Amino acid sequence: MSAATGSGLPEARGAARLLDIRDLHVTYATGEGGLPAVRGVDLTVERGQIVGVAGESGCGKSTLASTILRLQPPSATVTGQVLFDGSDILTMRWGALRAVRWAGASIVFQGALHSLNPVHRIGRQIAEPIETHLPSLSESRRTARVGELLEQVGLDPDRARSYPHQLSGGQKQRVMIAMALACDPHLVVADEPTTALDVMVQAQVLGVLSDLVRDREVGMLMISHDLSVLADLCDKITVMYAGRVVESGPAKQVFAGPLHPYAGALSAAFPRVGDPAARFAPAGLPGDPPDPRNLTQGCSFAPRCARAAEECLPAEPPLETYDDGRQAACVRIDRTHRSSSGVETPSVETHRSSSGVETPSVEPVENPGETP
Amino acid sequence: MTAELSAEGVRVEFTTRSGRVARALDGADLVVRGGEVLALVGESGSGKTTLARTLVGLTTPAAGEVRWKGETLGRSARSLKALRRDVQLVLQDPLGALNPRHTVYDSVAEGLRIHKLVTKTGPSETERVAAALSAAGLRPPEALFLRYPHELSGGQRQRVLIAGALALQPSLLIADEPVSSLDASIRGEILALILKLREELGLGVLVVTHDLGLAWNIADRIAVMYLGRIVEAGPTEEVLTAPQHPYTQALLSVVPEMDRLEPIVLHGEIPDPTRIPAGCRFHPRCPALASGEADAVAHLCRGTALPILPSDPEGHRSACHLVAQRVSTPLDHRGAPLDHRGAPLDHRGEGTP
Repeated sequence: MSAATGSGLPEARGAARLLDIRDLHVTYATGEGGLPAVRGVDLTVERGQIVGVAGESGCGKSTLASTILRLQPPSATVTGQVLFDGSDILTMRWGALRAVRWAGASIVFQGALHSLNPVHRIGRQIAEPIETHLPSLSESRRTARVGELLEQVGLDPDRARSYPHQLSGGQKQRVMIAMALACDPHLVVADEPTTALDVMVQAQVLGVLSDLVRDREVGMLMISHDLSVLADLCDKITVMYAGRVVESGPAKQVFAGPLHPYAGALSAAFPRVGDPAARFAPAGLPGDPPDPRNLTQGCSFAPRCARAAEECLPAEPPLETYDDGRQAACVRIDRTHRSSSGVETPSVETHRSSSGVETPSVEPVENPGETP
Repeated sequence: MTAELSAEGVRVEFTTRSGRVARALDGADLVVRGGEVLALVGESGSGKTTLARTLVGLTTPAAGEVRWKGETLGRSARSLKALRRDVQLVLQDPLGALNPRHTVYDSVAEGLRIHKLVTKTGPSETERVAAALSAAGLRPPEALFLRYPHELSGGQRQRVLIAGALALQPSLLIADEPVSSLDASIRGEILALILKLREELGLGVLVVTHDLGLAWNIADRIAVMYLGRIVEAGPTEEVLTAPQHPYTQALLSVVPEMDRLEPIVLHGEIPDPTRIPAGCRFHPRCPALASGEADAVAHLCRGTALPILPSDPEGHRSACHLVAQRVSTPLDHRGAPLDHRGAPLDHRGEGTP
């Protein structure tokens, strides 16, 4: 689809980062005053890279996703910069923004199972953005393109004639991905793309996504509450809590040896099958996420944190840089232990077997003593 | 009689609009005993929710029977009512399962009122509701009495549902995807609650889920379903560290972060239950058959149906021609039968009653 790449985007490829979010703040206006959903987030995505954003409901990750394409509700006040190929999406003229949406960057929303129009055939729904952004394409070329897209996500091209209700959940999710790819975007934002799916279908969809990034050099921002899925797929993971980044770094390291206690809790929530430490020991995090309107002074995670101490209370901890490009915002991280390999993680003792890279032996374990 | 709920050869059929018969459950044997946590796992469409509904009498089996404490479950409203007090179902999607116009108090008290469990001599309704809420980890319970579901967090709603079940002092809990709609941080809390209820009240729990990590976290035993039948069952440690059935092996290999396993991604989805494949129902998607590993038994896989896997609360069993052939070969049994990744298969428990 050579035509799609030249769709009037500011051509600064190669020079600028694909996506560079700088000090982004998003505040929703509510009846009871401002609700800060995103508070100073910095994030970058390069071409051919998958970046994961993890956090629980209300941490601001979906607000972040929609702000990237300026899809935030009108009640939101946004400051900071969202640089896409070097130009700021937040201040872009309407025409340029329209060109970026779909053709430059596209988004796969969560709850995709309900995002398709039930009364149109899926082929027509996939063709719609192509029609808008490449009006010069003939109808037969467009139909061929739809077939090609369906094949790319592992569906039969004949499926173009189906209605959404004739498809299973996994198939609908693939249609959503095909649609996001319709105009050959350079960036795909995927908000919980596999949350409602079974493990096997999830594996199929994740396979489609990672092939895509590898083969076509697109960048992807993937949002999920499941750190184990992100660890499998992503190059980098950013963990958000109460609108801020509390940890970021290489995916495997963040999952296996998290620095921030909150990242530790997320990581331990999904046990490694076969890890004796997780047997009959589900790891949870007591308490509820904070109300963004009434954030406590100091570290916003402190009320739920097992390691909270006096020093957490005066001010919100800054995001500090550690080895290997890792960052974490916690004053309780023992700085003497911050070597690249054996990071003494704050949450290790309660959760996962330290740097986690050592998997529980390769052979099926006999589990002495655990089975009668 | 111990609190034991069992299904024997249960079949459930639905007729589709086009008149074809979908065999949602095609012969399933399962036993849940008091004090144990049993995980029933499988993909959507495997029949796991239908089996759970049949066990509490919400779906009537076309054949086979459900027994509770040794007695066959009748169809009469009276026998069902007794079962439904003793065996409580906790539904998935707490927001959908709670009546939005009922307060927490009313939602929890509803079961008590239906079953007329509040007597003049015993504890009052308020006391029983409060006790159930605190048992579900909602403290202080009085603070929640007058709240509505939309005022609660996802984790609190799930706890209210569990409290509604606990209010009836059941001996068995059936939880359908208890944490799939919850945040990662709350997930562990709810699972810990289930374990605590088992510990403190001696409850038996059947957890229906597609999440093998959850099973590893809390289940004593696990039963894997595929297309209306249980294809493998046994102690969780054995099934998840030495799976026998190629379907279980595939499911396990795609759990995220299982980097010690080469992912076996099956193509397509569970077939239409109106057209269950002949022979082994898994054979069209079976990686062992496709790779040629099962060549010796390929004719059986394609042509000979497997018997229903009998429920066996102690052993590890699987319904697979390939596994059966390996076990019947003495050399393989003592030696090291290899699965198709070259790892030794553990056959302990196979065939032991």
